[in-house]
Amino acid sequence: MAVRPNENFLITQLDWLANFVRANSLWPMPFATACCGIELMATASSRYDLARFGSEAIRFSPRQCDLMIVAGRVVMKMVPVMQRIWLQMPEPKWCISMGACASSGGVFDTYAVVQGIDRFIPVDVYVPGCPPRPEQLIRAVLDIQEKVKRQGTLLGREFEERKAPERPRPLALELAPSEKIVAPGSVRTATQEWDVN
Amino acid sequence: MDHRSTLSVLRSQLGEQAFVTSEFRDNFRIEVPAERVLDALLALKDQAGFDMLAELTAVDYLHYPNARDRYGVVYCLLNTTTGERVFVKTFVNDPDPCLPSVFPLWKGADWLEREVYDMFGIVFEGHPDLRRILLPEGFRSYPLRKDYPLRGRLERHNFPVIPRAES
Ligand code: SF4
Repeated sequence: MAVRPNENFLITQLDWLANFVRANSLWPMPFATACCGIELMATASSRYDLARFGSEAIRFSPRQCDLMIVAGRVVMKMVPVMQRIWLQMPEPKWCISMGACASSGGVFDTYAVVQGIDRFIPVDVYVPGCPPRPEQLIRAVLDIQEKVKRQGTLLGREFEERKAPERPRPLALELAPSEKIVAPGSVRTATQEWDVN
Repeated sequence: MDHRSTLSVLRSQLGEQAFVTSEFRDNFRIEVPAERVLDALLALKDQAGFDMLAELTAVDYLHYPNARDRYGVVYCLLNTTTGERVFVKTFVNDPDPCLPSVFPLWKGADWLEREVYDMFGIVFEGHPDLRRILLPEGFRSYPLRKDYPLRGRLERHNFPVIPRAES
């Protein structure tokens, strides 16, 4: 053989091939917990037609998906379920946080609603809006495709670097004590402190 | 709606002094002290024909103008034969708000009492299975009490975080 290809050169080409096939056939897992789920359904159906971008195969089993779309508010009781579904999805996988509620809690700053799913699972793309229009969600899918094409690697090395939690600090640490609005009264009878992790 | 027969049943069973009635538009309300509430409900069910417990809920009157007691518990009763409705109201207080369960009278009280327990921490004695119904098992406070912070305390943050490299 006259020219022996350099090892790096070969790997880069495989990465490109893997990224090409991965990006153009994302299989979404609809984690639709509230009203945003309706827009998610609209996005996948004929009028907006997510199939034009290769993501029409929405599966309800996490084992068959590689793109989790969290559409809607997530409450405390749902967080363990969401984490479990995320862990059940095979690598490589990505996550879209769709809507104000999934991204930040939205208007639901109450005792039960989690203030952003990125506090508990990694998120790749956020979609603002309440609810976001299907076009916005399609843009997010295109952004994921671009992300995959730009930084994807065959063995998923880009994921290994993301070791630290990519989240804001717990709300209780973020807020000044004066912001923790408490109506005058005996807090002792109403609440008890929890551990912060 | 005419409530005279209902009133006469209550008078004969509890006595004149045991309850106070009031009316607002078409709401007919009966206020009974907590120790007599089971007697009153029993009389209403067995003798006045109130065979359905339409709703059971509670109100926290903390810092409410002119309120004397902290929690009000409201039973909305319906007589499905005549269509008559009454609202029976009773009051309980800290530190251990507690009422007898009406589950033996109306089976529908099961989940309603669990919800009131979940949100206000009012214990219904004699309830067959008084667990939290909406909030997770580990939740330790009662969020519909008025002294619960508006933005929640730390409950919403007590979960493990999954970094990307580990999932
Ligand atoms: S962001 Fe708006 S549309 Fe989406 S789940 Fe929240 S409230 Fe519903």
